[in-house]
Amino acid sequence: MTLDAETVLQLGALGALVVVGPVVVLTRAPRAQVIAFTCYGLLFGLACLAFQAPDVALAQFVVGAVALPILVLLTLARMRRHQEEADATRARLKKERQG
Amino acid sequence: MSDDRDELDPGARGRTILFFIGGVPLIGLLAAAMVQLPRSGAGHSLYGDLLVGAAVRERHVTDVVTAINFDYRGFDTLGEELILFASVMGVLLILRKSDEQPACDDREDERQTRRAPPTSEAVRALGLGMIGVTLTFGLYIITHGQLTPGGGFQGGVIVATAWVLLYLAGDARAYERATPKPVVEAFEAVGALAYALLGFAGLLAGLSFLANLLPLGPIATAHSGGTIALLSVATGREVAGGFVLLVTSFVEEALAERAGSS
Repeated sequence: MTLDAETVLQLGALGALVVVGPVVVLTRAPRAQVIAFTCYGLLFGLACLAFQAPDVALAQFVVGAVALPILVLLTLARMRRHQEEADATRARLKKERQG
Repeated sequence: MSDDRDELDPGARGRTILFFIGGVPLIGLLAAAMVQLPRSGAGHSLYGDLLVGAAVRERHVTDVVTAINFDYRGFDTLGEELILFASVMGVLLILRKSDEQPACDDREDERQTRRAPPTSEAVRALGLGMIGVTLTFGLYIITHGQLTPGGGFQGGVIVATAWVLLYLAGDARAYERATPKPVVEAFEAVGALAYALLGFAGLLAGLSFLANLLPLGPIATAHSGGTIALLSVATGREVAGGFVLLVTSFVEEALAERAGSS
C-alpha cells in the first residue's frame, strides 16, 4: 500500500489532533487551557482542509480559533474583576468592623 | 495532583468514577460506529451528487456549499441566523449593566493597583496594521462566497475581528467610539431583517419563499448567482454586528472603568 501526499497530510492532521486533544483536557489552568484549545481549533481547521472541506475549515478557524477563545478570555477577565471587587468589599467591611 | 484536588473537592472522586461508567462504554460504541464509516472521499449521497452536478448549471456559481447554504437550503440558514440573533440577545440580556453602582469610596485607590500594564508598542503597531487587512479579507470572504470557500458566516466573524483588534491594540476608547451601541444594533438587525425580506420577495413575485428571482449573471463572476450574494451579505451583517455586540457587552465594564480613570 502506497501513501500519496493527501493521505499523509490527513494522517498527520489526525495524529496532531490525537496528541493535542488530551493536552487540552489535561491543562488545568483556565488561561493556559484557552491557548491549548486555540491550538486544537487551528489544527482541527487544518484537518478539515486536508479532507477537502475548505468551507468547514474556514468556519472552524473563525469559530474555534477566534470567536470562542475571545469569548472565554473575556469571561475570565470579567470573572476576575468581580472576584477582585468582592475581595475589596470584604476587606473594607473587615476594616470597618475593626475600626 | 489528584490527591490535592480530592482534598479540595470531596465529590471529585465520585464524579470521576461516574465519568468512567459512562465514558468507557461510549468509547466502545464510538469505535464500533467509526469502523463502519465510509472511507474518506467515498461516502457519496444521492442529494450531494445531484447538487454538485446541478449547481454550476442552475445557479452559475462555483462554490456548491454556498449555493446550498444560501439557495437550495436557504430556509435552514434563515433559521441558523435567527438562532444566532436570539442567542446574542440572550447574552446582552444576561450581561446588561446594572444601574446600581457599588458605593465604594476608595475606588480610586483600587483602580491604581489593578490597572493592567500598558500595551506594548509592537502589539499596538501590529494590531492596528492588521485592521485594514482583516476588514478587507472579511469583506472579500462575504462577497465572494458564491465563487470561493466562505460566505456570510465566516466573513462576518472576520469583519468583527477587525473591531476586536482595535480593542486588543490597546485603545479601549477608540473601540468604544467605533462601536456606538445603537448603530451596531441597527446594523445587526437590518442584516437579519434583510434576509427575511429577500425571502418574502420570492413570495411577492409569485414564486416560493427565498426563491432565487434575480438574474443569475455569467458563470463565476462577482455578480453571478442572483440572490445568493445578497443573502450572504445580509448574513455577514448580522454575524458581524452580533459578534461586535457580544464583545462590547463583555468589555463594557472595563471600558467604563478606563474612561473614568484617565
